[in-house]
Amino acid sequence: MSTTSGLLYAKSHEWVRRDGDSPVTIGISDYAQNSLGDITFVELPKVGDQLTKGDPFGVVESVKAASDLYAPISGEVVEINGDLDQAPEKINQSPVEEGWLIRVKPSDPSEMESLLSEEDYAKSV
Amino acid sequence: MTSSSTELKKTPLHAFHQRHGARFTDFGGWDMPVQYGGILEEHRAVRTAAGLFDVSHMGECDVRGAGAADFLNHLLTNDVSRLQTGRALYSPMCYENGGTVDDLIVWKRDEGDYLLCINAANTAKDMEWIHRAATGFEVSVEDVSDRWALLALQGPQAAEILLGAADGGVVDGLKPFAFAEAVVAGIPCLVSRTGYTGEEGFEIFCGPGQAEELAEVLLATSQSRGLVPAGLGARDTLRLEAGFPLYGHELSADISPIQAGLGWTVKFGKPDFIGRPALLAQKESGPANRVVHFRTGGRRIIRPGTEVFSGTEKAGEVLSGTISPSLNEAIGTALVAAGAGALAAEVRGHRIDLQVVKPPFHRGQSIAKNQNNP
Repeated sequence: MSTTSGLLYAKSHEWVRRDGDSPVTIGISDYAQNSLGDITFVELPKVGDQLTKGDPFGVVESVKAASDLYAPISGEVVEINGDLDQAPEKINQSPVEEGWLIRVKPSDPSEMESLLSEEDYAKSV
Repeated sequence: MTSSSTELKKTPLHAFHQRHGARFTDFGGWDMPVQYGGILEEHRAVRTAAGLFDVSHMGECDVRGAGAADFLNHLLTNDVSRLQTGRALYSPMCYENGGTVDDLIVWKRDEGDYLLCINAANTAKDMEWIHRAATGFEVSVEDVSDRWALLALQGPQAAEILLGAADGGVVDGLKPFAFAEAVVAGIPCLVSRTGYTGEEGFEIFCGPGQAEELAEVLLATSQSRGLVPAGLGARDTLRLEAGFPLYGHELSADISPIQAGLGWTVKFGKPDFIGRPALLAQKESGPANRVVHFRTGGRRIIRPGTEVFSGTEKAGEVLSGTISPSLNEAIGTALVAAGAGALAAEVRGHRIDLQVVKPPFHRGQSIAKNQNNP
């Protein structure tokens, strides 16, 4: 499965990007950031935390609402985007390049196959 | 997200909102713009330049007759007898038990001729209450909500914008809580120097058929001054920073003006009024619980309904919570037991200490300037 943008999506509105062999980068979709409106706070896991596909791993808050983040794949957190603590608005401004959330080393690469292509995700929202 | 708009009421400015890219929300049964560009951007525009809000969903009520002043003084907790023609007054309206029916602004147009502006979601309830209370007074009460559109022009640039659009000097020199008839952008209006943002500003009543033209002209001619359309999202963050109550949050059937810290709006020196004995008892013995304003030092918003603790004991709950764009931290209000010690809230497993502060959280520069040069 491939897309022009290189992004795959979970139905819970997270995107996953393969960066070479490993790890993968995870963020929230443009649709999600736009629906939430101005993002004011992000709670992320710590480096070393283990994520389980489908389980909550953090929170993203806007003036309007707080939303759980769900792990699109299982794996170990190897990096977090430290800029978001002081500048959560980067998720609105640039949900992929600057507003990415975490990098994860997948524990089961086959889980990637369950994710949606950009086209299929766009149809689902 | 937004619910079905088929049954929601629309203000005369609905097409204006759509044209300017608004996102809508159900607010008290009305399909209202929650934001256009973004809540924080609109908030900052009102603090630094100006914002234009549609508040046509608010209800209006005419109270007329020889007994109007006496009736309103009986109905409301503030002292209407001191109100001069051409001036406005903020007042709660209470039940016999001291709980709040609504909070409103009353404009005195002439002797025996008053206009009340009430909260949208409360309009039907208020009209019933006002009609019932009017028994025995020489007064006529009429719901005129459909006859008025209402725009709020708020921010440090609001006066310049209005001066540029209004004919003659009527608007110039209008004092806080004063109002006058004026022609704005060729449209006859009632212009009041009131607002709900903590900034300099005006509320402009006009006929519903002319509201769209008025809004478009104001916006088109004032973009160079930084005027932007602003939605209910920014209206809420602005009013909370300014320390103003919102009915259903800081005031309700269960929260009296005494509990809400609005004792200045309850005038015990005037003749009997609805709720007086209960409110006086609360004032003298102190209410069992009261509204406090808090800062958090962090950015995690503490949402309404969140439990508040004093030590390990539950002390109350959060009434309003948002991020303060001016302070860059989460702020809010809570109803807490009198005498409760240090307060904290628990949000998603995190204990957050609440620093109780005296409102306002933020004083608008345009207001501060006026207070220095009255």
